[in-house]
Amino acid sequence: MLEQTYYDKADEVIAEHGSDQAALIPIIQDIQTEYRYLPPELLTYVAEKLGINEAKAYSVATFYENFSFEPKGKYIIKVCDGTACHVRKSIPILERLYSELGLSAEKATTDDMMFTLETVSCLGACGLAPVLTVNDKVYPAMTPDAAAELIRELRGA
Amino acid sequence: MGYITINNRRVAFTDERNVLSVIRKSGIDLPTFCYHSELSTYGACRMCVVEDDRGRIFASCSEVPRDGMVIYTNTPRLQHHRRMIIELLLASHCRDCTTCAKNGICTLQKLSRQLGITEVRFENNKKQLPLDTSSDCVIRDPNKCILCGDCVRTCEEIQGLGILDFAFRGSKMQVMPAFNRDLAQTDCVGCGQCRAVCPTGAISIKQDVAPVWAALADKSKRVIAQIAPAVRVAAGDKFGIKKGENTLGRLAAALRRIGFDEVYDTNFGADLTVMEESKELLERLEAGDNLPLFTSCCPAWVKYCENRYPEFRGNISSCKSPQEMFGALLKEEARLERQKAEERGEDVKTTVVVSIMPCTAKKAEIRRPEHFTDGAQDVDYVLTTTEITRMIQEAGIDLAQLRPESLDMPFGLASGAGAIFGVTGGVTEAVLRRLTGSSREEDLEAVSFTGIRGVDGIKEAEIKLGERTVKIAVVNGLHCAQIVLDRIKAGEAQYDFVEVMACKRGCIAGGGQPVPIGPRTKKARFEGIYQIDNMSQIKLSNENPIVASVYEGILKGKEHKLLHND
Repeated sequence: MLEQTYYDKADEVIAEHGSDQAALIPIIQDIQTEYRYLPPELLTYVAEKLGINEAKAYSVATFYENFSFEPKGKYIIKVCDGTACHVRKSIPILERLYSELGLSAEKATTDDMMFTLETVSCLGACGLAPVLTVNDKVYPAMTPDAAAELIRELRGA
Repeated sequence: MGYITINNRRVAFTDERNVLSVIRKSGIDLPTFCYHSELSTYGACRMCVVEDDRGRIFASCSEVPRDGMVIYTNTPRLQHHRRMIIELLLASHCRDCTTCAKNGICTLQKLSRQLGITEVRFENNKKQLPLDTSSDCVIRDPNKCILCGDCVRTCEEIQGLGILDFAFRGSKMQVMPAFNRDLAQTDCVGCGQCRAVCPTGAISIKQDVAPVWAALADKSKRVIAQIAPAVRVAAGDKFGIKKGENTLGRLAAALRRIGFDEVYDTNFGADLTVMEESKELLERLEAGDNLPLFTSCCPAWVKYCENRYPEFRGNISSCKSPQEMFGALLKEEARLERQKAEERGEDVKTTVVVSIMPCTAKKAEIRRPEHFTDGAQDVDYVLTTTEITRMIQEAGIDLAQLRPESLDMPFGLASGAGAIFGVTGGVTEAVLRRLTGSSREEDLEAVSFTGIRGVDGIKEAEIKLGERTVKIAVVNGLHCAQIVLDRIKAGEAQYDFVEVMACKRGCIAGGGQPVPIGPRTKKARFEGIYQIDNMSQIKLSNENPIVASVYEGILKGKEHKLLHND
């Protein structure tokens, strides 16, 4: 069970979008923006408020890669592995970040909840390849060393 | 209205909702996984593809028939497509057919044989997923799921529950409850309708065959069977017996041959239910509280009401269901016999009650705390029609070849009112017969023509009982129950008596019945039940002489304890 403030926040978001069933996605998006993840309890709560079967809401939330039921770190790093970034050597960047952060394809978030590392299929910034984003800020023309340096900066910040 | 040319033959169509129905009407059994006439059209399996005269390929389930259409159903391109679909499905499917619960009745197996699939070129790299065996009623095996979504749509559209849905995407897609919870942790009511439509072994009946074999082999046990009304019109399905034919006599013969000591009729239990439930209705009408009275025969409905409409819990009849009334009575009789034997210093066999039921939810019902007496279950095991079919087959018995035998006395005698418990409207009709109290043909007809018969999801009727007009609703399918309950809640509808059966058309289409249960099968079973009633000499439960004798004998002073929940 989450603290009451979570449910209050959900009520606030629902009030903003209305409790029409079509508002499910924008509502859970806003909740995810607030908490950097979608607490499962809140999905259940929102589904009930909107009169959607819980299984249907779960179906929607799992369909989109964007929604996460796991809490994410303070910095969400998305390494682009689209075609352009891939041929310009995005994988070595990813591997360097894995080793710097002690993460893997199975473990996406550091234990101190500072970093979450994900890959995405294209960020639409192919001219800047290879590219990564940190909390939606774009870092162009990355190298493994630059990425490691970036992590050090973020840790220091 | 118009004509379609199917494989160079002209076929007339009227109001068919899609091309597939027209094709099937013309006698071509086009294969499908995801099409059920009672569900919305999903169009996912693509097995029903047809080709038109311009070489365009489309799914016939999702196309409205138009006059002048020219289509072909079995061109080389279509054959190629269908084979490829099957091959791809098989590529990621568990292929242990010999040990699968659906062996022999699996649509995937049937179609791969029908379409001549002899090899699968692709490697199966799907990870083995764990089974969900948490429910007392059904088992979910995600490894055998082909994602046709039949269970998803049945659970949502027919039952209004929406326990199952798709989760994840693409090659990771699965059908599961929210957050992949165990079924036992959801609002699942165990109706088994998902299993009835599942074309593969992804959802199957929780089997209780093994402990029943063990009890039958145990010399220290007296094993009693009671056969539910809907079982007798479906048990012949896998033995080539005409659909809907009453196989009760042959079932009795088969059950004795596989070792049951006594074979009785759950219709007798239903007669007891009629007696108690009509009494309860009169009492509530008199007192004017807890109306409407809801029937309690269907355990899936009872669970649904408890889960989703707890405010109506007090409206549910306190009567046990027929199988439980009968189970409690049989066990009470056994206790008295044991006492007598012990006084004489004799040994007595332990009584085991096995219910043969069309229903998976009955498996959960017998485990509810109110159905225990002195720590022992009133009914020990529930076998579905499908399981008893398997046991009969396992014993090498062909039901079709057996000579019918009569049931054992005294509890083998039941009225026609008990028989019609197997269809929607039956409980109501049986109770009304009792309350009008007349077995004159015109009076019986007057009851049957009030509007309570038929297959509609919600039926309403009014009948005069003395001075009072009693308002009745008869509901089948839990989605319809939801509609009726919401209307009652909102004050838009008022009833005195509401019968609910969770499954469409009632128990004849229960989740434990032999599959496939298509529209023709349902119709034959439906008519079969009324045929049994027509043939019964006794139409009213209170006219069953055995009912009178148990009220005078074993039940005396214990009616409430044995026949009601507190």
